[in-house]
Amino acid sequence: MDVTSAKMIGAGLAAIGVGMAALGVGNVFGSFLEGALRNPGAADGQQGRLFIGFAAAELLGLIAFVIAILILFVVK
Amino acid sequence: MQYKQREATRVAAEGPGIDPMHQFKVEPLFGHHLTLGGYDISFTNSALFMVIVLGVLWAFMLGGMKRQLVPGRWQAAVEGMTGFISNMMDTNIGPKGRKFTPYVFSLFMFILFANLIGLVPLGIVPGWHPFTVTSHITLTAVLAFFSFAIVILVGFAKHGLHFFSLFVPHGTPWYIAILVAPIEFMSFLVRPFSLGLRLFVAMTAGHILLDVFASFVVQGLNSGGPMGWVVSLLSFIMIIGVSALELLVSAIQAYVFALLTSLYLNDAINLH
Repeated sequence: MDVTSAKMIGAGLAAIGVGMAALGVGNVFGSFLEGALRNPGAADGQQGRLFIGFAAAELLGLIAFVIAILILFVVK
Repeated sequence: MQYKQREATRVAAEGPGIDPMHQFKVEPLFGHHLTLGGYDISFTNSALFMVIVLGVLWAFMLGGMKRQLVPGRWQAAVEGMTGFISNMMDTNIGPKGRKFTPYVFSLFMFILFANLIGLVPLGIVPGWHPFTVTSHITLTAVLAFFSFAIVILVGFAKHGLHFFSLFVPHGTPWYIAILVAPIEFMSFLVRPFSLGLRLFVAMTAGHILLDVFASFVVQGLNSGGPMGWVVSLLSFIMIIGVSALELLVSAIQAYVFALLTSLYLNDAINLH
């Protein structure tokens, strides 16, 4: 296998991580909504924590994206 | 210039493909570089858009700071923004954090306006290319390092060497503290990078996606056939959806940046 095809396959594999982050982000918002519907009064106070969880889950997917970009455009 | 040659050879070799990274190219505005003492100091499109962001931000704030007793719509919009950030600072830090509200507010507004202005479809004006300044890590990393530097300065100024107790959570037994302290230290050091990286990558990824779908529209129309027109139409609908998502991401990323800055400031001011 030549290097270019190996790079393409590697970048495609790195893209799986972005999909995993989608699961994580969906889980964060889904769980929040589940809790918020049970106790709507407490929901507004937890919005900061909601976005912290969102940011942490999203960051790992974005790092996977960065890895894909690095493989495609930077690695020679 | 070098880029254009490379692009020409690439097009000659592979045919006109999709080049989604071209939109992030930082170029001097009038085509020639201005150098001073070996440094390139030319006024780039990035600098131009930062000035535009500053101008719009200024106009927005000054228009709403007339201090009318009964606020009009504009003043209500500005007060909504300031109230949102000062409320966030109060809940996350408490009254001691009020000093830092102007900094976090400027950060939030600059990032929000830069993200939104990068989404304005300026490309329909001939000769104009929209540019998102927050899609470059050079800018987001500087903003993140500002926040990190303020956290460190405030932490050491307020608590002195006691600031290091940040790395040992309260009530940890010593044998666990030996394990936990290095991990906490590493996570503390990674903060500015994750803060800058998150904003930069979120904006870059969205714009690449928009560019790819926009290329599909053009290529579908050029292919000249009913199949191409269907692809073109579907891609156009997709662009509308992704643009709406990008508006949401612009606001969320600006909010997350401000929120995390306020949390890190809370660590420095109140320890934990």
